[in-house]
Amino acid sequence: MVNEQRRQERIDRGIKVRSDGIYALMSYKELSYLIMPRLVLICGLLILPLAVPDMYWQRVISITCIYALLAVSFDFLAHHVGLVSLGGAFFVGTGGYLAAIMNTSLGLPPWLTIPLATLLGGALCTLMLWPCLPLRGVYFAIVSLMYPLFMARVIEALDIFGGTDGIMGIDSFSTRWIEQYLIMGLLLAILFGIRRLTTIDLGLVLRGVKDNDQAIRASGMSVTYYKSVAVFIASAVGCLGGACLVHIYMWSGISQFALDFSILPIAATVIGGAGTLIGPVLGCLILVPISELLRDFGTLRIVFYALILVGFIIFRSEGIMVYGARKYHQFERWTKI
Amino acid sequence: MSSEPILKVVNLTKHFGGIKALNNVSFDLHEGEILGIIGPNGSGKTTVVNSITGFIKKTGGKVFLRGKNITRKAPHQIADMGVTRTFQIMRPYYSLPAYKNLVIPLFSPRAKRTGGWRGGGRLGDRNTVGIDILEEIGFERDSYVPYKTAATLPTGYLKRLELARCLALQPDIIICDEIFSGLSMSEIASMVPLIERLQMDGITLIMIEHRLRELFRVANRTMVLNFGEKLMEGQPDEIMANDRVKEAYFGSQDIEEVMTHA
Repeated sequence: MVNEQRRQERIDRGIKVRSDGIYALMSYKELSYLIMPRLVLICGLLILPLAVPDMYWQRVISITCIYALLAVSFDFLAHHVGLVSLGGAFFVGTGGYLAAIMNTSLGLPPWLTIPLATLLGGALCTLMLWPCLPLRGVYFAIVSLMYPLFMARVIEALDIFGGTDGIMGIDSFSTRWIEQYLIMGLLLAILFGIRRLTTIDLGLVLRGVKDNDQAIRASGMSVTYYKSVAVFIASAVGCLGGACLVHIYMWSGISQFALDFSILPIAATVIGGAGTLIGPVLGCLILVPISELLRDFGTLRIVFYALILVGFIIFRSEGIMVYGARKYHQFERWTKI
Repeated sequence: MSSEPILKVVNLTKHFGGIKALNNVSFDLHEGEILGIIGPNGSGKTTVVNSITGFIKKTGGKVFLRGKNITRKAPHQIADMGVTRTFQIMRPYYSLPAYKNLVIPLFSPRAKRTGGWRGGGRLGDRNTVGIDILEEIGFERDSYVPYKTAATLPTGYLKRLELARCLALQPDIIICDEIFSGLSMSEIASMVPLIERLQMDGITLIMIEHRLRELFRVANRTMVLNFGEKLMEGQPDEIMANDRVKEAYFGSQDIEEVMTHA
């Protein structure tokens, strides 16, 4: 009796096994098992703007989506390519200022400035981060953290791009519905696009860069090249967020280089589930609104925010998405040893 | 064998700080042969591989591939020119299934050009080509070994996976860094015919080994390194008979005795 020991074991649900691969097409049950989680996410996001009461919260949702873009970009770089980026603020600032300049100086409409700022910004960020791509280790993280601080001080000191006042008078989206559903559509497209990217052959090579860059070299592929491809993708996503942000606020300023854009996506990735891509989006959907709700607490806001974060890290360190996926796919039971 | 060597190494020198890991090592590699490199621990064998394939910067010396200077080329450029290597400590992509491990090298520019092993210039579906290569090299297709995650595979399969990664590039030269080490006698016994088959396919090999008995079965010529210097090169019986080699490699013991205990 004293020696009786029990152990918890996890077993895949029958329906998970049945719905693997081609067998998913066997019945509606298996099909819906696969489709439902995705459908819940997509529909949930699309309903969100209609469900919230006022304009203030609709704006919060737009900002949440922009943070979610950054979180997906961080998660992709960190857990599928092996580059820990603290450059969220750098990407947002670059994309934001590019869109602002193109809109005010060249008079381009938002539907041109956003894609242009995305591509140009991605290229510019990649070029500036390129010198530390051949190195392994913390260099990429440090340099990507350095750039937003650097850019903000340069703009301030040289008084370019409006200096500390920023660039004002930027066109907004014509209606707030366009604003909301454009950003949401982009978020969903990029989320599923990057998820797809990680499973195709190029994605495998990027994962190889993370797991084992020497073997990539020995296979006749340049690690630096594939890293820069990944950095371009991730920074373009970040710049897209920044470009949307300035058109929402109709203003572009130094605060777009604020480190919130670097740090919050990382926190969201931690509580959402590293490497899942969807998890960081869920993380943002939790963290950003909480941070808004806590405004009532004034200066204690940060304390409560930190408590919530620490709580997640202690009690659900694997991340919501990992936990949820496990519960969805597997059941647990106690067995005697 | 008297024709132009496929790989010519001239006065290869590598110093790590004050340590002379390699000192003026020169040798030729002829098309289609198997060259063995042996030597005691720390004699510079792996440094030879790392220097030729560009993984470390050379202190001095030159390397020519078919008369072309590849001394200063980056590792991926050298691999792209057809000189591939295996790693002594195996480096698979642990989280991926075995055949996906080959999808990655098959994505490389050289594989796209050559079509992968025996591809004849046309690269088919990478998954299929990968499984074909694995089957060719001894992964039993029927028992689903190619679909198992690399982390779950035993050493013997990982060594073969290292070779398969090279083969995916349709290489001219494969440099094997201790491919027999850590394998059981029966695993080595099945590896030897594989090496011989690669040679028949026209691939030139350099084999760095501690397992002399098996090496001497496949190698056409063997070079001995000691403290970064080339002691000699020649046929197995010449090497076994050489007193300096005995001294360096086996201490002063009788070579027959060492071989029976190996």
